[in-house]
Amino acid sequence: MAGIKKYLLLFAQDFVEFRYPEIESLIKLFKINVEVPKPTPIERPYWILENVEESEVRQIASRSVSLKFVAEIWSSGTSYDEFHGNVKKLMPLIDKKYKNESFKFMVETYNKHIKLKQRIEKIETMNYLDSVLGTIDLKNPDNTFVYFEYYGIDDLNVPVHPEHIYFGRYIADGQRDLFNKISLKTRKFIGNTSMDPQLSILMANQGLCSQNDLMFDPFCGTGSMLIAGALFGSYVIGMDIDYLTLHAKTKPSRALQKVRAADESIRANMEQYNLQNLYLDVFVGDFANYPLKGNLKFDSIICDPPYGVREGLLKVEKKEGRKFTAMTEDAVHYPSLSDYKMTNLFHDLLNFSVKHLKIDGRLVCWFPIPDKFYDDTIFPQHSALKLISTSRQQLIGDTSRILLTYEKIAETGELVKNDALENVDFRMKYFTQYDKERKETRHKNHQKNLEEAEKRGIKLMNKTEWKKYVNKKRQAEAMDKDS
Amino acid sequence: MKLITYNFLTSKCIRGVKVGYPLKLNVVEKKVEQQNFNPEFVQRMLPRLEWSAIKSAADIVGCAEIPENMNVETSLHDTDFLQKLHHLLLEIEIVNGSLICPETGRVFPITNGIPNMLLNEDEV
Ligand SMILES: C[S@@+](CC[C@H](N)C(=O)[O-])C[C@H]1O[C@@H](n2cnc3c(N)ncnc32)[C@H](O)[C@@H]1O
Repeated sequence: MAGIKKYLLLFAQDFVEFRYPEIESLIKLFKINVEVPKPTPIERPYWILENVEESEVRQIASRSVSLKFVAEIWSSGTSYDEFHGNVKKLMPLIDKKYKNESFKFMVETYNKHIKLKQRIEKIETMNYLDSVLGTIDLKNPDNTFVYFEYYGIDDLNVPVHPEHIYFGRYIADGQRDLFNKISLKTRKFIGNTSMDPQLSILMANQGLCSQNDLMFDPFCGTGSMLIAGALFGSYVIGMDIDYLTLHAKTKPSRALQKVRAADESIRANMEQYNLQNLYLDVFVGDFANYPLKGNLKFDSIICDPPYGVREGLLKVEKKEGRKFTAMTEDAVHYPSLSDYKMTNLFHDLLNFSVKHLKIDGRLVCWFPIPDKFYDDTIFPQHSALKLISTSRQQLIGDTSRILLTYEKIAETGELVKNDALENVDFRMKYFTQYDKERKETRHKNHQKNLEEAEKRGIKLMNKTEWKKYVNKKRQAEAMDKDS
Repeated sequence: MKLITYNFLTSKCIRGVKVGYPLKLNVVEKKVEQQNFNPEFVQRMLPRLEWSAIKSAADIVGCAEIPENMNVETSLHDTDFLQKLHHLLLEIEIVNGSLICPETGRVFPITNGIPNMLLNEDEV
């Protein structure tokens, strides 16, 4: 069509708070120069983009999981009369090539369900277009034309007539099919921490994961984020403190499954989705004391840090008194794990990201918070990281988690003091309905780890043996220093 | 564990260890798994490699064709070299073995391809 092109982006109505940050991220990723509209209310299911190229909206559609489809708008109206009048005015301008190409119609409505018969009737109201369009081909049309009626967002008060009617040429679908592809139902290895596919893909989009990038998840668990990053061509590495999870030896989380299959693993998941070429490694490590070289830079860091009952915040406990719970000759060892205060964890995560992200690289992470403590000053901040977006997801039990996206803007800087955040750790002490449960889980896990070590034929040292071992090691260290 | 990951790991996290790099690589079992050759990724990894670590790992796994020194600028467009490096970094998998801290001798086991870098209570 001649003149300014306009595109209609129709969104799915789940996770509406994540929509704007996602599209904004994709526009940045593809370096598209366009003003992203911020329609109110945020629930509004469609936006109109102006001054973009078709190739650019196709790029957005190639990654977005919020988007149902995008269409080039040819005409619109706020009443049937106005709408058909506008379409008719447009007809002489429609490119002659469409006369020689096949087509089909697609009818979409929002906030009103219509039956097949009504759909056909709607298409029939457009019969006058016959003179400019070619033949109908329902299976393999050259073009699909979209007829869209919008009945507002108030589902308790649906108007008789649509508020807006649009007609245009369908361009592309979003990536909602990807959820099925990586569905947890059919995924080989999952655990009770596996991330919802839609959210994990949203996170990879927030992280601007792209071809040949290096992505890291320091709390990778069963590796959901690794899958999402690799879907977009990033090479992925994960770390987790839990040996059993990384070796897929935890209790199965599927209701009907008693034992884990021998071939369950993060790598097997990557193979299931044909992403094994992008899988680098996972390793067992403690985020509070991570084993990565100082100058290593990642393109993105994407994670769901530990919280809540499902898995406590853990780190290897520092024991000055050299007490120990398990130590083995070959150093396969399950150290005792202590609570990791939430503020500390997030401060570590921000510092880690400043050190290990490239400039412009992104940190995407969930931040959990009981609703009664929530306000928008609570988020951890660092002067070298720009907080790009915050999207809240309400969970059951009066808690929320907020998806935080940061972008590294400087090589150095410091944590921003945040009283509200520091108060939370303190106030969380009063929010202890989970605490007991968490301790029990921790204890159980620990016992299991010990049993597991024993099963694998590893002899645990007793206290005297341990002392000897430590002394020997100290001597060796001293000799190393002398030489 | 792939050698690209080996290149990223240190034992500096142990209390008192100054550099902790490169770790000594001890291979008990390894295998070769074909991966798609993607020159752009190898190019992007070049500046992130510590050549001394790469070279000594290459010797240990018996990859003779890796040169003593590497210049990022000239290597970027040497496809033959990138291909060899691809093989070394991404196709050789250490299934069982260990990583050893160069300063303390602390052993980090690799089992089923997964390094265990977790420290003991007295080491953090
Ligand atoms: C919310 S889960 C993330 C799950 C993951 N996204 C998945 O797909 O399964 C948090 C993970 O952090 C791990 N974790 C807890 N404390 C840790 C620490 N100090 N360092 C590294 N990982 C830790 C837990 O074992 C758990 O697997």
